[in-house]
Amino acid sequence: MAMALPLAYASSVVHPFEAGRLSFSTKATKHKKQIYQFRKVTKVLAYYGLTNPPYKLDALEPYMSRRTLELHWGNIHRGYVDSLNKQLPNSPFYGCTMEELIKTTFNNGNPLPEYNNAAEVWNHDFFWESMQPNGGRLPWGGVLDQIEKDFGSFSNFRDEFVHSAMKLFGSGWVWLVLKTNERRLSIVRTSNALCPLVWGDIPIISLDMWEHAYYLDYKDDVSKYVNNFMDHLISWHSATARMVRAEAFVNLGEPKIPVA
Amino acid sequence: MALRTLFTKKSLTLASAFRPIAVASTAGDQRLGSGLSQARGLTVAALPDLPYDYGALEPAISGEIMRLHHQKHHQAYVTNYNNALEQLEAAIAMGDATAVVRLQSAIKFNGGGHINHSIFWKNLKPVNEGGGEPPHSSLGWAIDTDFGSLEALVQKMNAEGAALQGSGWVWLALDKGFKKLTVETTANQDPLVTKGANLVPLLGIDVWEHAYYLQYKNVRPDYLKNIWKVIDWKYASEVYEKETA
Repeated sequence: MAMALPLAYASSVVHPFEAGRLSFSTKATKHKKQIYQFRKVTKVLAYYGLTNPPYKLDALEPYMSRRTLELHWGNIHRGYVDSLNKQLPNSPFYGCTMEELIKTTFNNGNPLPEYNNAAEVWNHDFFWESMQPNGGRLPWGGVLDQIEKDFGSFSNFRDEFVHSAMKLFGSGWVWLVLKTNERRLSIVRTSNALCPLVWGDIPIISLDMWEHAYYLDYKDDVSKYVNNFMDHLISWHSATARMVRAEAFVNLGEPKIPVA
Repeated sequence: MALRTLFTKKSLTLASAFRPIAVASTAGDQRLGSGLSQARGLTVAALPDLPYDYGALEPAISGEIMRLHHQKHHQAYVTNYNNALEQLEAAIAMGDATAVVRLQSAIKFNGGGHINHSIFWKNLKPVNEGGGEPPHSSLGWAIDTDFGSLEALVQKMNAEGAALQGSGWVWLALDKGFKKLTVETTANQDPLVTKGANLVPLLGIDVWEHAYYLQYKNVRPDYLKNIWKVIDWKYASEVYEKETA
């Protein structure tokens, strides 16, 4: 996740000529000059950083090419981070964690200017971690149990996920979320930068359906992209870790403990 | 390439790219599918031909993008729109209001995509056929009156196009009521009329990523800067003069 890092910069530097002049002035004026020079306050600004995906950029080949990741992460994701950092110095929301920032700037449906950048930074972080090399195939353990409970079977879930992705009009994301109120897994489609965090739900897996995510590799063949994601890229390890964390917030009932 | 013959259907105002088909005929037209046996004719949409080659707009827009954009994306909108229309007709015939309302989003998206792209192909022209030549006469004067200069208009459209989040279109529109030119944006494939019933599209620029990503990658501003070299102002002038006559 994006972290806030301190960056300190001094805003005054002793000019070499002045340094020379200092030695010729009296002690009193030298002292005054030194005070004057350091009177300008050093400003410490925290900013969000671009986190790296948890794998090398060519690790997802041939299902997502290195070139796509270079552009998607290196240019587009980085662009959102930079835009957000540019907005922060003048923003009243300076100092929030990313999730806080997203929820407050969403402003109940009337998003403030920082929302788009913040949400896209978070969405992309989440997306990189939703994928892994040699991913795909089936989940296991608690995640599989919950999927089978909420969708009937894994193949039902897979079909519904793919179908939802194909039905998206325009740019957006497809999510497997744990709904906090309904206490069940659900598939959600969002447009542009919308993120299920704003509804208090807990995302487990996401798929970027913006055209920039697949156009270089698949052109207009969206179905192949989504199917490759399901079969080869989706990281059930990440999903398991996220589910474990989610269960600390949502009571999913008694666990299925096998009888000895 | 020759444009296909134009037909109109009473409820659809876009004159081009529609042709009437007698539903009762079973001349092997797969688009209609089997099972439609009403005597009423259903006019379906058809993909319009481009009046120039795919590579003719280089280097502003690459041939690969034009081919994919026309043969895959626009064709998909046409196909899905026709499917939705068939389903809509069936739903209307059966009085299934839920189905009728449910189909509206698919019709708006795919129908809008067909409408918008049909206008877009006419907005583009190869350089050696007049693409990029600035507008003269009445449209030129109107632009100067409403925006100050052509450069100001281009800058405004580029700014709005670049700022558009997600997918959509940026339009030079004529407000028929006020006889004024405006710059509008629409999201996804919403046609311009969704922004105002009196708005007539003169120029539309597709800022969906599929329109430029292969060539310009994520640098949408470069695409917007370059597309003006192949914009057909003559077409825009014709539409403007017809609407303000």
